[in-house]
Amino acid sequence: MENTVTLAHGAGGEQTSELIDRVFKAHFSNPDLTSDDAAVLSVGKEKIAFTTDGFIVSPFEFPGGNIGKLSICGTVNDLSCMGAKPLYLSCAFVVEEGFPMDKLEEIAQAMEKTAKQAGVKIVAGDTKVAGKGQVDNVFITTTGIGRVTEGANTSGNFAKPGDAVIVTGDIGRHGCTILLARNEFGIEADVTSDCAPLWDNVKAMLDCTSDIHVIRDATRGGVGTVLYEIAGQSSVGISLDAEKIPVDPAVSGVCGMLGLEPLYLACEGRLVVFCPMDKAEQVVNALRKVPNSENAAVIGRVTSEMPGKVVMNTAVGSQTMLPKPGGELLPRIC
Amino acid sequence: MEKMKESAKDIIRNYDEKKLRIMEVCGTHTHEIFRLGIRKLLPDSVELISGPGCPVCVTQVSFIDEAVMLALEKKAMICTFGDLVRVPGTEMNLADARSSGAKVRAVYSPLDAVDLAQQNPNEKVVFLAVGFETTTPSACLAVKKAKEAGLTNFSILGANKTMPNAYKALKNSADAFLYPGHVNAITGTGVCEELEKQGVSGVVTGFTADEIMTAIAVVLKKSAEGKPFFYNCYPRVVKPEGNPSAQLLMNQVMEECDSEWRGLGIIKNSGMKLRDEYADFDARKVFELPEIVGHANPACSCGKVLQGKCKPCDCPLFGKVCTPLHPVGACMVSNEGACSAYYQYGGNI
Repeated sequence: MENTVTLAHGAGGEQTSELIDRVFKAHFSNPDLTSDDAAVLSVGKEKIAFTTDGFIVSPFEFPGGNIGKLSICGTVNDLSCMGAKPLYLSCAFVVEEGFPMDKLEEIAQAMEKTAKQAGVKIVAGDTKVAGKGQVDNVFITTTGIGRVTEGANTSGNFAKPGDAVIVTGDIGRHGCTILLARNEFGIEADVTSDCAPLWDNVKAMLDCTSDIHVIRDATRGGVGTVLYEIAGQSSVGISLDAEKIPVDPAVSGVCGMLGLEPLYLACEGRLVVFCPMDKAEQVVNALRKVPNSENAAVIGRVTSEMPGKVVMNTAVGSQTMLPKPGGELLPRIC
Repeated sequence: MEKMKESAKDIIRNYDEKKLRIMEVCGTHTHEIFRLGIRKLLPDSVELISGPGCPVCVTQVSFIDEAVMLALEKKAMICTFGDLVRVPGTEMNLADARSSGAKVRAVYSPLDAVDLAQQNPNEKVVFLAVGFETTTPSACLAVKKAKEAGLTNFSILGANKTMPNAYKALKNSADAFLYPGHVNAITGTGVCEELEKQGVSGVVTGFTADEIMTAIAVVLKKSAEGKPFFYNCYPRVVKPEGNPSAQLLMNQVMEECDSEWRGLGIIKNSGMKLRDEYADFDARKVFELPEIVGHANPACSCGKVLQGKCKPCDCPLFGKVCTPLHPVGACMVSNEGACSAYYQYGGNI
């Protein structure tokens, strides 16, 4: 491993896992430490989910949201992925000296609105101001707890051969939006972030079956990175059908111009779901009735072949490996 | 469309004639062919070779050395297409230079570099102009704009290349070429017709799955006729006359020169350099750069890969010390490089 932390260590791919394993896991290891989106813990007879997430997106405002909305969605969605109804959040702000007060107000308003929409209360907070140049505008950390729904038992370790792989909508919109909002490429396209709280979507699935093995939100690193993580954690192969993966034409267009793969662009309002193939239709139909997952689709299946690998069935009827994520230095997206 | 796709696929699958080596010249084709898994649909008698059409891959080591010298010693602000940052030079790449304090910025267009020069009058901005007929016009436009704006802090380090003489140099490496559609959109098809007369066969190829499959099917059909051929399989974009205004712009600002291609050596009249009236924008002259001889890692087989003489996996470094995260050769750097594509899409699954 390098002697210094590089941006690649924060990109969500191989180097991020390496950093976590070599530094954090080495020091924090205990039976409750999770590699999922949130830890599931027993408190008395209750099972709760508990998680935390830091947000440093640049720019802090973008089409479809701002860092405030993102900071609520990120934590609420991590809890939801464990089948937990999000209940309470805390938030910690690090604000740069000179940051406009009205912008901070806008961020707080977005947090209020999104928390209400997600059905969570913000019950504790912390405020720090750092000197000019010591942070970039504003950084937010949110921490949340939720109550795990009875019967729900999801984890990236639980994917099984024969499972269907579902995404809850078109992919890559948040990452694409942020790239364009940075104005570095001189490209204009009508793309807005998919940033949204997703408990209602998870609840809709759990209401129709508790037989759901994996739920993950495809944030940093996108759907491709999440699939590789699950393939590794569960020691299974994943086979995707390229033509079934929903991608907005504007996102495909931008990706074409910049040589990017939508599967590696972040989503902030999309889930990847694994459930037995015979439940897939039911789950997709339930999702399609809920806002933010109207375009849910089965995009592939889990196999026992090639564990740890993701294989793509291509548009011309051939097969290739989905390239492993890693190394891409994309701008700060969350 | 569905029917056409099927029939192209059938033609390819059922090909039963002599052994054929087809070179896809363009890096975007290389990437798409790997992404779509097209090689696996070919019969044993048909081999697709990845040619030298990824601008990053054919960039000579000395060019990186020059850029590093500009960045570190001459304190220039380097503006470049992102991939070039990781191409190894003799001692270091531009990312290493950046870690040592050099100013290296990734830009999407050469015009962004002109903007940067305007916004930062105290910086000496140098744009690394690599690429073929597709990107050269935009570099020319940048130089022209900089001249019109009276900028004295903008220049380009040029390694622009042109394809026609490279095809001739590669004539014996392949039986037919998939010509790069985007290049032909600028140059037109006259150059390909000329090549046909000289016994070089090829088809202008688009970039979708259907277009690539169709182009390969056309090559197989035409090859069976046993004489040199040319066919434009990308007529929706490529017109016979090409893009005259881009051609005019290029000829106003640049002129032909010999150019060194990584792996292929110097090919006569295969490059473009600034005309004398634009000498004030030539970084080599502005900064009085010395002649630099670059040294590539001798174990790297990029040169042979670019000529279709070996497959990426035949290189002793491939996948071991040379990976996309730690590239030794240029072909492992760019997404469009043959080694990178081969590695990432699992050439052997």
